[in-house]
Amino acid sequence: MSLLDVTGITLTFRGLAALMNVSFTIEEGEILSLIGPNGAGKTSMLNCISGRYHPDEGDIAIDGKSILSMKAHRRTEMGLSRTFQNIALFKGMSVLDNLMVGRHSQMKYGLLASMLYWGKARRHEDMHRRRVEDVIDFLGLSPYRHQVAGRLPYGVQKRVELGRALAAEPRLILLDEPMAGMNLEETEDMARYILDINEEWGVTVLLVEHDMGVVMDISDKVVVLDFGSVLATGAPEEVQQDKDVIAAYLGGEDETFLGR
Amino acid sequence: MQNKCGQFFTSYRQENRLFKTWFERFWLLVLFVGLILYPLCFDSYVLQLCMINIAIIAAVSLNVLTGACGQISLGQGAFVGVGAYAGVWFVQSGAAMLPEWMFVVFGGPFIPAILCGGLVTALVGMFFGIPSLRLKGIYLAIATLAAQFILEYVFLHWKSVTGGHSGMAVPAPEIFGYTFDTYPRMFYLTLACAVLMVYLATNLMRSKPGRAFVSIRDHHLSAEIVGVNLFWYKLQAFAVSAFMAGVAGGLWAHTARYLTPSPTFGIGLSISYLAMIIIGGLGSVLGAVYGAIFISVLPICLDLLAELVGGFFPELATPIKATKGGVFGLVLMLFLIFEPEGLAHRWRLIKAYWKLYPFAH
Repeated sequence: MSLLDVTGITLTFRGLAALMNVSFTIEEGEILSLIGPNGAGKTSMLNCISGRYHPDEGDIAIDGKSILSMKAHRRTEMGLSRTFQNIALFKGMSVLDNLMVGRHSQMKYGLLASMLYWGKARRHEDMHRRRVEDVIDFLGLSPYRHQVAGRLPYGVQKRVELGRALAAEPRLILLDEPMAGMNLEETEDMARYILDINEEWGVTVLLVEHDMGVVMDISDKVVVLDFGSVLATGAPEEVQQDKDVIAAYLGGEDETFLGR
Repeated sequence: MQNKCGQFFTSYRQENRLFKTWFERFWLLVLFVGLILYPLCFDSYVLQLCMINIAIIAAVSLNVLTGACGQISLGQGAFVGVGAYAGVWFVQSGAAMLPEWMFVVFGGPFIPAILCGGLVTALVGMFFGIPSLRLKGIYLAIATLAAQFILEYVFLHWKSVTGGHSGMAVPAPEIFGYTFDTYPRMFYLTLACAVLMVYLATNLMRSKPGRAFVSIRDHHLSAEIVGVNLFWYKLQAFAVSAFMAGVAGGLWAHTARYLTPSPTFGIGLSISYLAMIIIGGLGSVLGAVYGAIFISVLPICLDLLAELVGGFFPELATPIKATKGGVFGLVLMLFLIFEPEGLAHRWRLIKAYWKLYPFAH
């Protein structure tokens, strides 16, 4: 059984199809990349999985259990976590608090306990703080721990967002263009983080990214979307050779682009 | 939350302490000793101090809802009113409904009644918070404004409970046979309640629900993605906020000892609470405290100033008194222009400055 099963997803906005009969599966421990030209429906697909959009047809299942009827916050409890294309941090909070919010669904105490801040609430706060510190160490965020997230440099904010998603201890993490707007060095760092997340933390990754070099390097499997439907699925080398994919990206048979 | 030079924490518990240094603890102690001694040494302004304590509770309550959770409320004044009437009702008519052990544990009906008044207000607040799932910003403001007017209407017309236009007298509260019938005594009672509420709100804001509130304010889409149940947490924010406002109302009723619905709990009160949290600093518990003190003390200072000037130039006394409202508004506006992040932020900057003094970095 696959970790995530996407079967026949169709999503339309007032008759305009954003996704048409999209199917793919992610196995536990995989890095799967979703690529395609702008407007191909990659982010729409992520939004369907994370619960912001509701597809018209098809099914999305984690461990064979459909999650379509669940609200977004329930899907988080199922082990789903994501980052956004445009940074969506809680700008007024410190980095530490951002990551602590990331653990929200793991924290099991209520309003009254929190107001008294005694016993269970205090113990849990310390316990979760310890886990958050692991993430902070892993992503090298310790210099920024107490700084307000909204005032940090762009690359760091991207990392904080990754940390927030990671703090939830997800089984599957959806990364929406984590390298967008980064320079070469930051891109390499981010690629390393993604590989480490996958290998050391054992998190399955669904990556949406435009940087073909990174995608072809780190992915186990690539799904190519074009105009809302799946153009090709397979290992990076296979996809690179695919005639349809080359045509979609370049509009012709020039093979120099994908093969770098 | 950056600490002093040379101050290192060895556990998370140490770092999460509210007062981290002996310096802070010492001055806090001095403040409270001063506050406790004040009514013993001076007679004037004790009622105003009671009202400041109550305003602190109400402003902190509004800051949980509007400052932290981002759900604007123009009905906080009416929520205070609900707490006032409900509290008085539970002391008088509703006391029979309370279980016997409460009287024994809390030494009479007063404390249970205040708590029940708060709970009733929390329910009312949750009811009027339901639209917050769909409405945001200015639209929610209008919805809560409707709550303000509906509740004011109820205060005026539910005569058997509120006494209608003519109002009603409130007996002095009594706990374990001790009657709080003078302003100095009420001052100690309201001070204790204010300290307790500020403490509870601070705890709330530094743990799971508080962070969830702020996450809803800052980015509600990603709040949902990290697992915050938006509707439930918005309702909780309304409930907590209304509960505290209700407690403030109950204390108000027992301090003033006479309740008239309008304009006491009118839109003006709601707006002034909003002014308190904006001036104090949105989202910060301490900010709400500063704002409440500032807004309450400013008119008193203006009065004193008018008196002072009137002593030298008697013909100026009346015009100065007349422009008091205008000066009040002007000060608020200047504050918003020059100190948009509130007094709490300015206080942080001052602390940061003195931490390094006399070095620049």
